[in-house]
Amino acid sequence: MATDYDVIVIGAGMVGAAVAYGLSGPTRRVLMLDGADTDHRAAKANFGLVWAHGKGFGHPDYHRLSIQAAQAWPDFVQQLEAEGGMGVSYERNGGLHFCMSDAELATRAARMDAWHGQTPDLATSTLVLDRGELRRRFPSMALGKDVAGATLGTLDGHVNPLRLLAAMQTAFVRRGGELRNNHAVSAINALPGGGFEVASGERKVRGARVLIAAGLGAAALGPMVGLESHLHPQKGQLLVTERLAPVMPVPASGLRQTAEGTVMIGVTHEDAGYDLATTTEGAVRMARKALRILPALAQVKLVRQWACLRVMTPDGYPVYARSVTHPGASIALCHSGVTLAAFHAGDFAKAFAADALPPALNIFHYERFHVQKAA
Amino acid sequence: MFKKLPEPGAATLSLYLDGQPVEAEPGETVAAVLLRQPTLASRTTPVNESPRAPFCMMGVCFDCLAIVDGVASVQSCLVTVQEGMRIERQLGRRRLAS
Repeated sequence: MATDYDVIVIGAGMVGAAVAYGLSGPTRRVLMLDGADTDHRAAKANFGLVWAHGKGFGHPDYHRLSIQAAQAWPDFVQQLEAEGGMGVSYERNGGLHFCMSDAELATRAARMDAWHGQTPDLATSTLVLDRGELRRRFPSMALGKDVAGATLGTLDGHVNPLRLLAAMQTAFVRRGGELRNNHAVSAINALPGGGFEVASGERKVRGARVLIAAGLGAAALGPMVGLESHLHPQKGQLLVTERLAPVMPVPASGLRQTAEGTVMIGVTHEDAGYDLATTTEGAVRMARKALRILPALAQVKLVRQWACLRVMTPDGYPVYARSVTHPGASIALCHSGVTLAAFHAGDFAKAFAADALPPALNIFHYERFHVQKAA
Repeated sequence: MFKKLPEPGAATLSLYLDGQPVEAEPGETVAAVLLRQPTLASRTTPVNESPRAPFCMMGVCFDCLAIVDGVASVQSCLVTVQEGMRIERQLGRRRLAS
Protein backbone atom coordinates (compact mmCIF):
# COMPACT_ATOMS: atom_id res chain seq x y z
CA MET A 1 0.00 0.00 0.00
CA ALA A 2 1.46 3.34 -1.05
CA THR A 3 1.79 5.83 1.72
CA ASP A 4 2.31 9.59 1.81
CA TYR A 5 4.68 9.49 4.75
CA ASP A 6 7.14 7.12 6.36
CA VAL A 7 6.11 8.23 9.83
CA ILE A 8 3.14 10.21 11.08
CA VAL A 9 3.70 11.65 14.54
CA ILE A 10 0.41 12.46 16.22
CA GLY A 11 1.03 15.30 18.63
CA ALA A 12 3.32 18.31 18.25
CA GLY A 13 3.96 18.99 21.91
CA MET A 14 7.12 18.44 23.88
CA VAL A 15 7.30 14.69 23.15
CA GLY A 16 5.98 14.63 19.59
CA ALA A 17 8.08 17.58 18.45
CA ALA A 18 11.26 16.11 19.95
CA VAL A 19 10.82 12.70 18.32
CA ALA A 20 9.70 14.20 15.00
CA TYR A 21 12.68 16.54 15.00
CA GLY A 22 14.99 13.59 15.66
CA LEU A 23 13.38 11.51 12.91
CA SER A 24 13.29 14.17 10.23
CA GLY A 25 15.88 14.31 7.51
CA PRO A 26 16.36 14.07 3.79
CA THR A 27 15.67 10.35 3.58
CA ARG A 28 12.53 10.14 5.67
CA ARG A 29 9.10 11.67 5.05
CA VAL A 30 7.77 12.71 8.45
CA LEU A 31 4.44 14.38 9.11
CA MET A 32 3.65 15.86 12.50
CA LEU A 33 0.01 16.56 13.29
CA ASP A 34 -0.85 19.13 15.91
CA GLY A 35 -4.24 19.33 17.58
CA ALA A 36 -6.59 22.24 18.07
CA ASP A 37 -5.50 25.43 19.83
CA THR A 38 -7.95 24.72 22.62
CA ASP A 39 -6.68 21.19 23.32
CA HIS A 40 -5.15 20.49 26.70
CA ARG A 41 -1.51 21.25 26.13
CA ALA A 42 0.95 20.36 28.84
CA ALA A 43 3.61 22.05 26.71
CA LYS A 44 2.19 25.49 27.36
CA ALA A 45 2.84 25.30 31.07
CA ASN A 46 6.13 23.49 31.52
CA PHE A 47 8.20 24.74 34.42
CA GLY A 48 11.36 24.54 32.32
CA LEU A 49 13.59 22.43 34.54
CA VAL A 50 16.02 20.00 32.97
CA TRP A 51 16.31 17.81 35.98
CA ALA A 52 17.85 14.51 36.96
CA HIS A 53 18.59 14.80 40.64
CA GLY A 54 16.44 12.50 42.73
CA LYS A 55 14.36 11.32 39.80
CA GLY A 56 13.46 7.65 39.72
CA PHE A 57 13.89 7.00 43.42
CA GLY A 58 13.07 3.30 43.72
CA HIS A 59 13.15 3.01 39.93
CA PRO A 60 16.75 2.66 38.70
CA ASP A 61 15.73 2.52 35.04
CA TYR A 62 14.01 5.87 35.19
CA HIS A 63 16.92 7.18 37.23
CA ARG A 64 19.29 6.12 34.42
CA LEU A 65 17.02 7.53 31.73
CA SER A 66 16.89 10.91 33.49
CA ILE A 67 20.67 11.05 33.92
CA GLN A 68 21.19 10.01 30.32
CA ALA A 69 18.81 12.72 29.11
CA ALA A 70 20.34 15.43 31.29
CA GLN A 71 23.80 14.50 30.03
CA ALA A 72 22.63 14.66 26.42
CA TRP A 73 21.29 18.20 26.80
CA PRO A 74 24.37 20.36 26.05
CA ASP A 75 25.00 18.74 22.65
CA PHE A 76 21.27 18.58 21.93
CA VAL A 77 20.86 22.30 22.60
CA GLN A 78 23.84 23.29 20.53
CA GLN A 79 22.46 21.55 17.47
CA LEU A 80 18.86 22.58 18.12
CA GLU A 81 19.68 26.28 18.44
CA ALA A 82 21.68 26.18 15.22
CA GLU A 83 19.00 24.31 13.30
CA GLY A 84 16.04 26.08 14.87
CA GLY A 85 17.64 29.50 14.48
CA MET A 86 16.72 30.66 17.98
CA GLY A 87 18.10 30.62 21.47
CA VAL A 88 16.35 28.57 24.15
CA SER A 89 18.11 30.04 27.22
CA TYR A 90 19.50 26.72 28.44
CA GLU A 91 21.80 26.89 31.44
CA ARG A 92 23.37 24.02 33.29
CA ASN A 93 24.80 25.39 36.48
CA GLY A 94 23.15 22.89 38.80
CA GLY A 95 19.74 22.70 40.46
CA LEU A 96 18.82 22.98 44.12
CA HIS A 97 16.38 21.13 46.32
CA PHE A 98 15.98 23.25 49.44
CA CYS A 99 15.57 21.75 52.91
CA MET A 100 13.93 23.79 55.62
CA SER A 101 15.35 22.12 58.73
CA ASP A 102 18.44 20.14 59.72
CA ALA A 103 16.30 17.03 60.06
CA GLU A 104 14.91 17.52 56.57
CA LEU A 105 18.40 18.00 55.17
CA ALA A 106 19.61 14.81 56.88
CA THR A 107 16.65 12.86 55.50
CA ARG A 108 17.25 14.29 52.04
CA ALA A 109 20.96 13.46 52.19
CA ALA A 110 20.16 9.86 53.15
CA ARG A 111 17.65 9.69 50.31
CA MET A 112 20.24 10.92 47.83
CA ASP A 113 22.70 8.30 49.11
CA ALA A 114 20.09 5.60 48.55
CA TRP A 115 19.33 7.05 45.14
CA HIS A 116 22.98 6.89 44.13
CA GLY A 117 23.10 3.37 45.59
CA GLN A 118 20.59 2.24 42.97
CA THR A 119 23.08 2.89 40.18
CA PRO A 120 26.56 2.21 41.59
CA ASP A 121 28.04 2.30 38.10
CA LEU A 122 27.09 5.96 37.60
CA ALA A 123 29.22 8.78 38.92
CA THR A 124 27.80 10.73 41.84
CA SER A 125 25.93 13.72 40.50
CA THR A 126 24.66 15.40 43.66
CA LEU A 127 26.13 17.29 46.59
CA VAL A 128 24.71 18.03 50.01
CA LEU A 129 25.19 21.68 50.95
CA ASP A 130 24.59 22.93 54.46
CA ARG A 131 23.48 26.53 54.90
CA GLY A 132 27.03 27.83 55.17
CA GLU A 133 28.16 26.03 52.03
CA LEU A 134 25.04 27.15 50.20
CA ARG A 135 25.81 30.77 51.03
CA ARG A 136 29.46 30.38 50.06
CA ARG A 137 28.56 28.99 46.65
CA PHE A 138 25.67 31.34 45.95
CA PRO A 139 26.38 34.54 47.87
CA SER A 140 23.88 36.56 45.86
CA MET A 141 20.91 34.56 47.13
CA ALA A 142 19.20 36.22 50.12
CA LEU A 143 18.06 33.01 51.80
CA GLY A 144 15.32 32.90 54.40
CA LYS A 145 16.30 32.03 57.95
CA ASP A 146 14.62 28.63 57.76
CA VAL A 147 16.74 27.35 54.90
CA ALA A 148 18.95 24.69 56.47
CA GLY A 149 20.64 23.64 53.27
CA ALA A 150 20.00 21.99 49.96
CA THR A 151 21.00 19.16 47.73
CA LEU A 152 22.58 20.26 44.48
CA GLY A 153 22.18 18.25 41.31
CA THR A 154 25.23 19.03 39.21
CA LEU A 155 23.66 17.84 35.95
CA ASP A 156 20.53 19.94 36.40
CA GLY A 157 19.66 23.11 34.60
CA HIS A 158 16.79 24.99 33.06
CA VAL A 159 15.51 26.18 29.72
CA ASN A 160 12.81 28.40 28.26
CA PRO A 161 10.24 25.67 27.53
CA LEU A 162 8.20 27.71 25.06
CA ARG A 163 11.29 28.49 23.01
CA LEU A 164 12.35 24.86 23.26
CA LEU A 165 9.08 23.76 21.70
CA ALA A 166 9.24 26.46 19.00
CA ALA A 167 12.85 25.56 18.19
CA MET A 168 12.08 21.83 17.86
CA GLN A 169 9.10 22.48 15.59
CA THR A 170 11.08 24.96 13.50
CA ALA A 171 14.12 22.70 13.21
CA PHE A 172 11.82 19.82 12.25
CA VAL A 173 10.34 21.84 9.39
CA ARG A 174 13.77 23.09 8.28
CA ARG A 175 14.96 19.50 8.08
CA GLY A 176 12.15 18.80 5.65
CA GLY A 177 9.45 17.62 8.03
CA GLU A 178 5.86 18.70 7.51
CA LEU A 179 3.85 20.18 10.35
CA ARG A 180 0.09 20.58 10.13
CA ASN A 181 -1.60 22.61 12.82
CA ASN A 182 -5.23 22.31 13.83
CA HIS A 183 -5.31 18.67 12.79
CA ALA A 184 -6.76 16.91 15.81
CA VAL A 185 -6.84 13.24 14.84
CA SER A 186 -10.26 11.63 14.86
CA ALA A 187 -9.43 8.15 13.58
CA ILE A 188 -6.49 5.87 12.87
CA ASN A 189 -7.29 2.97 10.56
CA ALA A 190 -4.97 0.12 9.66
CA LEU A 191 -4.63 -0.30 5.92
CA PRO A 192 -4.72 -3.72 4.29
CA GLY A 193 -1.14 -4.72 3.58
CA GLY A 194 0.32 -2.45 6.23
CA GLY A 195 0.38 1.21 7.08
CA PHE A 196 -2.24 3.49 8.50
CA GLU A 197 -4.75 6.05 7.39
CA VAL A 198 -4.90 8.92 9.84
CA ALA A 199 -8.02 11.06 9.66
CA SER A 200 -8.71 14.52 10.97
CA GLY A 201 -12.37 14.71 10.15
CA GLU A 202 -12.57 14.60 6.37
CA ARG A 203 -8.85 15.14 5.88
CA LYS A 204 -6.93 11.89 5.52
CA VAL A 205 -3.25 11.03 5.21
CA ARG A 206 -1.45 7.71 4.93
CA GLY A 207 1.68 6.74 6.78
CA ALA A 208 3.73 3.56 6.99
CA ARG A 209 4.05 4.00 10.76
CA VAL A 210 2.41 6.13 13.41
CA LEU A 211 3.62 7.36 16.76
CA ILE A 212 1.02 8.55 19.22
CA ALA A 213 2.57 11.33 21.28
CA ALA A 214 -0.59 13.26 21.95
CA GLY A 215 -0.39 13.67 25.70
CA LEU A 216 -3.79 13.33 27.32
CA GLY A 217 -5.28 12.92 23.85
CA ALA A 218 -3.58 9.52 23.64
CA ALA A 219 -6.27 8.02 25.86
CA ALA A 220 -8.72 8.21 22.96
CA LEU A 221 -6.22 7.47 20.17
CA GLY A 222 -4.33 4.48 21.58
CA PRO A 223 -7.22 1.98 21.49
CA MET A 224 -7.66 2.66 17.74
CA VAL A 225 -4.42 0.74 17.16
CA GLY A 226 -4.37 -1.63 20.13
CA LEU A 227 -2.40 0.59 22.50
CA GLU A 228 -3.22 1.53 26.06
CA SER A 229 -2.26 4.71 27.82
CA HIS A 230 -3.52 4.56 31.44
CA LEU A 231 -3.51 8.34 31.69
CA HIS A 232 -5.08 10.81 34.03
CA PRO A 233 -4.75 14.59 34.14
CA GLN A 234 -2.98 16.08 37.13
CA LYS A 235 -3.49 19.78 37.63
CA GLY A 236 -0.48 21.96 38.33
CA GLN A 237 -0.77 25.65 39.18
CA LEU A 238 2.00 28.18 38.75
CA LEU A 239 2.67 31.77 39.73
CA VAL A 240 4.94 34.13 37.86
CA THR A 241 6.35 37.43 39.04
CA GLU A 242 7.36 40.61 37.31
CA ARG A 243 10.85 40.69 35.79
CA LEU A 244 13.55 41.20 38.33
CA ALA A 245 17.27 41.75 38.49
CA PRO A 246 18.97 38.42 39.34
CA VAL A 247 17.81 36.93 42.64
CA MET A 248 18.49 33.23 41.95
CA PRO A 249 21.68 32.13 40.20
CA VAL A 250 20.48 28.54 39.78
CA PRO A 251 17.02 26.99 39.55
CA ALA A 252 15.43 25.00 42.34
CA SER A 253 12.64 22.47 42.35
CA GLY A 254 9.49 24.58 42.25
CA LEU A 255 11.28 27.92 42.08
CA ARG A 256 13.35 29.39 39.29
CA GLN A 257 14.24 32.72 37.76
CA THR A 258 14.00 32.80 34.01
CA ALA A 259 16.51 34.38 31.64
CA GLU A 260 14.13 37.33 31.22
CA GLY A 261 13.98 37.87 34.97
CA THR A 262 10.58 36.57 35.98
CA VAL A 263 10.46 34.18 38.91
CA MET A 264 8.34 31.09 38.37
CA ILE A 265 6.82 29.75 41.54
CA GLY A 266 5.31 26.32 41.60
CA VAL A 267 3.73 23.97 41.83
CA THR A 268 0.60 22.19 42.90
CA HIS A 269 -0.30 18.55 42.28
CA GLU A 270 -4.06 18.21 42.19
CA ASP A 271 -6.45 15.56 41.01
CA ALA A 272 -9.22 17.73 39.67
CA GLY A 273 -10.11 16.03 36.42
CA TYR A 274 -9.99 18.37 33.49
CA ASP A 275 -10.67 21.44 35.62
CA LEU A 276 -8.25 24.26 34.85
CA ALA A 277 -9.35 26.74 37.50
CA THR A 278 -6.72 28.53 39.56
CA THR A 279 -7.35 28.71 43.28
CA THR A 280 -6.48 31.14 46.04
CA GLU A 281 -5.51 28.21 48.23
CA GLY A 282 -2.99 27.07 45.63
CA ALA A 283 -1.55 30.58 45.29
CA VAL A 284 -1.19 30.94 49.06
CA ARG A 285 0.54 27.59 49.44
CA MET A 286 3.01 28.28 46.63
CA ALA A 287 3.73 31.85 47.71
CA ARG A 288 4.33 30.81 51.34
CA LYS A 289 6.78 28.14 50.31
CA ALA A 290 8.68 30.53 48.04
CA LEU A 291 8.82 33.24 50.71
CA ARG A 292 10.42 30.87 53.21
CA ILE A 293 13.24 30.38 50.71
CA LEU A 294 13.55 33.94 49.36
CA PRO A 295 11.75 36.38 51.70
CA ALA A 296 12.60 39.37 49.46
CA LEU A 297 10.03 38.05 46.99
CA ALA A 298 7.38 39.52 49.32
CA GLN A 299 8.07 42.86 47.62
CA VAL A 300 7.36 41.72 44.09
CA LYS A 301 4.24 41.84 42.01
CA LEU A 302 2.77 38.66 40.66
CA VAL A 303 1.73 39.07 37.08
CA ARG A 304 0.01 35.78 36.40
CA GLN A 305 -1.33 32.58 37.91
CA TRP A 306 -2.35 29.71 35.71
CA ALA A 307 -3.06 26.02 35.70
CA CYS A 308 -2.34 23.26 33.26
CA LEU A 309 -2.73 19.50 33.18
CA ARG A 310 0.15 17.08 33.52
CA VAL A 311 0.17 13.92 31.48
CA MET A 312 0.22 11.45 34.34
CA THR A 313 0.40 7.67 34.51
CA PRO A 314 -0.49 5.66 37.63
CA ASP A 315 3.16 5.45 38.73
CA GLY A 316 4.26 8.77 37.26
CA TYR A 317 6.74 7.15 34.88
CA PRO A 318 6.58 7.28 31.08
CA VAL A 319 4.83 4.86 28.77
CA TYR A 320 6.65 3.63 25.68
CA ALA A 321 5.16 0.73 23.77
CA ARG A 322 4.74 -0.79 20.32
CA SER A 323 1.43 -2.26 19.26
CA VAL A 324 1.21 -6.04 18.95
CA THR A 325 -2.11 -6.04 17.13
CA HIS A 326 -1.16 -3.14 14.82
CA PRO A 327 2.53 -3.45 13.90
CA GLY A 328 3.94 -0.06 13.03
CA ALA A 329 1.95 1.80 15.67
CA SER A 330 3.71 3.02 18.81
CA ILE A 331 2.99 5.24 21.76
CA ALA A 332 5.21 7.60 23.76
CA LEU A 333 3.87 9.49 26.76
CA CYS A 334 5.53 11.14 29.69
CA HIS A 335 5.30 13.92 32.21
CA SER A 336 8.95 15.06 32.01
CA GLY A 337 8.92 16.08 28.37
CA VAL A 338 11.44 18.88 28.81
CA THR A 339 14.16 16.84 30.50
CA LEU A 340 13.56 13.89 28.21
CA ALA A 341 13.52 16.02 25.03
CA ALA A 342 17.22 15.41 24.46
CA PHE A 343 16.62 11.66 24.72
CA HIS A 344 13.48 11.71 22.56
CA ALA A 345 15.22 13.67 19.80
CA GLY A 346 18.36 11.56 20.16
CA ASP A 347 18.51 7.89 21.13
CA PHE A 348 14.77 7.36 21.06
CA ALA A 349 14.39 8.75 17.53
CA LYS A 350 17.44 6.79 16.40
CA ALA A 351 15.98 3.50 17.62
CA PHE A 352 12.53 4.39 16.32
CA ALA A 353 13.99 5.08 12.88
CA ALA A 354 15.27 1.51 12.89
CA ASP A 355 11.76 0.34 13.78
CA ALA A 356 12.65 -0.52 17.36
CA LEU A 357 12.53 1.00 20.81
CA PRO A 358 15.68 1.35 22.88
CA PRO A 359 15.90 -1.89 24.94
CA ALA A 360 16.22 0.16 28.12
CA LEU A 361 12.63 1.24 27.57
CA ASN A 362 11.10 -2.26 27.79
CA ILE A 363 10.32 -1.70 31.44
CA PHE A 364 8.18 1.31 30.52
CA HIS A 365 5.57 -0.76 28.68
CA TYR A 366 2.05 -0.17 29.97
CA GLU A 367 1.76 -3.88 30.77
CA ARG A 368 3.17 -2.94 34.16
CA PHE A 369 -0.24 -1.51 35.04
CA HIS A 370 -1.99 -4.84 34.45
CA VAL A 371 -2.92 -6.46 37.73
CA GLN A 372 -2.11 -9.97 36.55
CA LYS A 373 1.34 -8.82 35.45
CA ALA A 374 2.06 -7.21 38.78
CA ALA A 375 0.77 -10.20 40.77
CA MET B 1 5.68 67.22 25.52
CA PHE B 2 2.54 67.79 27.59
CA LYS B 3 1.77 71.04 29.37
CA LYS B 4 -0.65 71.50 32.20
CA LEU B 5 -3.44 73.98 31.60
CA PRO B 6 -3.32 76.71 34.24
CA GLU B 7 -5.96 76.42 36.92
CA PRO B 8 -6.40 79.70 38.74
CA GLY B 9 -5.91 79.52 42.45
CA ALA B 10 -4.60 75.94 42.51
CA ALA B 11 -2.17 75.20 45.29
CA THR B 12 1.28 73.88 44.46
CA LEU B 13 2.91 70.78 45.90
CA SER B 14 6.62 70.01 45.77
CA LEU B 15 7.75 66.53 44.81
CA TYR B 16 11.08 65.04 43.86
CA LEU B 17 11.73 63.23 40.61
CA ASP B 18 15.04 61.39 40.62
CA GLY B 19 16.07 63.78 43.40
CA GLN B 20 15.16 66.98 41.55
CA PRO B 21 12.27 69.14 42.77
CA VAL B 22 9.21 69.26 40.52
CA GLU B 23 5.86 70.96 41.02
CA ALA B 24 2.43 69.42 40.99
CA GLU B 25 -1.11 70.33 41.91
CA PRO B 26 -3.28 68.52 44.44
CA GLY B 27 -5.41 65.82 42.85
CA GLU B 28 -3.05 65.10 39.97
CA THR B 29 -1.69 61.63 39.41
CA VAL B 30 2.02 60.89 39.50
CA ALA B 31 1.78 59.77 35.86
CA ALA B 32 0.42 63.21 34.87
CA VAL B 33 3.47 64.82 36.44
CA LEU B 34 5.79 62.40 34.62
CA LEU B 35 4.17 63.21 31.28
CA ARG B 36 5.12 66.87 31.36
CA GLN B 37 8.79 66.43 32.19
CA PRO B 38 11.43 67.43 29.63
CA THR B 39 12.53 63.79 29.49
CA LEU B 40 9.35 61.99 28.57
CA ALA B 41 10.53 58.42 29.21
CA SER B 42 9.59 57.48 32.74
CA ARG B 43 11.00 53.96 32.70
CA THR B 44 12.86 51.46 30.54
CA THR B 45 11.70 47.91 29.92
CA PRO B 46 13.25 45.00 31.86
CA VAL B 47 14.72 43.00 28.98
CA ASN B 48 15.50 45.36 26.09
CA GLU B 49 15.65 48.53 28.18
CA SER B 50 13.65 50.48 25.64
CA PRO B 51 12.00 53.71 26.84
CA ARG B 52 8.39 53.89 27.98
CA ALA B 53 6.04 56.59 29.23
CA PRO B 54 2.57 56.60 30.78
CA PHE B 55 0.06 55.50 28.17
CA CYS B 56 -3.45 54.42 29.12
CA MET B 57 -3.76 56.55 32.27
CA MET B 58 -6.40 54.20 33.64
CA GLY B 59 -4.50 51.35 35.29
CA VAL B 60 -4.51 48.89 32.43
CA CYS B 61 -1.29 49.09 30.43
CA PHE B 62 1.36 49.09 33.18
CA ASP B 63 3.58 51.34 31.10
CA CYS B 64 3.62 54.05 33.78
CA LEU B 65 5.43 51.92 36.37
CA ALA B 66 7.67 53.99 38.62
CA ILE B 67 9.31 53.90 42.02
CA VAL B 68 7.13 55.91 44.40
CA ASP B 69 8.44 56.58 47.91
CA GLY B 70 10.79 53.63 47.57
CA VAL B 71 8.20 51.15 46.30
CA ALA B 72 8.99 49.89 42.81
CA SER B 73 6.59 48.87 40.03
CA VAL B 74 3.87 51.25 41.19
CA GLN B 75 1.24 52.11 38.58
CA SER B 76 1.80 55.84 38.76
CA CYS B 77 -1.45 56.67 36.95
CA LEU B 78 -3.34 55.29 39.94
CA VAL B 79 -1.46 57.28 42.60
CA THR B 80 -2.34 60.85 43.57
CA VAL B 81 0.53 63.21 44.30
CA GLN B 82 1.37 64.07 47.90
CA GLU B 83 3.57 66.83 49.28
CA GLY B 84 7.21 65.72 49.45
CA MET B 85 6.63 62.52 47.48
CA ARG B 86 9.79 60.94 46.06
CA ILE B 87 9.46 59.51 42.60
CA GLU B 88 12.18 57.70 40.68
CA ARG B 89 12.26 56.49 37.13
CA GLN B 90 12.38 52.68 37.09
CA LEU B 91 15.14 51.64 34.73
CA GLY B 92 15.52 48.07 33.51
CA ARG B 93 14.73 45.15 35.74
CA ARG B 94 13.46 45.87 39.18
CA ARG B 95 16.01 45.42 41.93
CA LEU B 96 14.83 44.00 45.23
CA ALA B 97 15.88 45.56 48.48
CA SER B 98 17.42 42.79 50.56
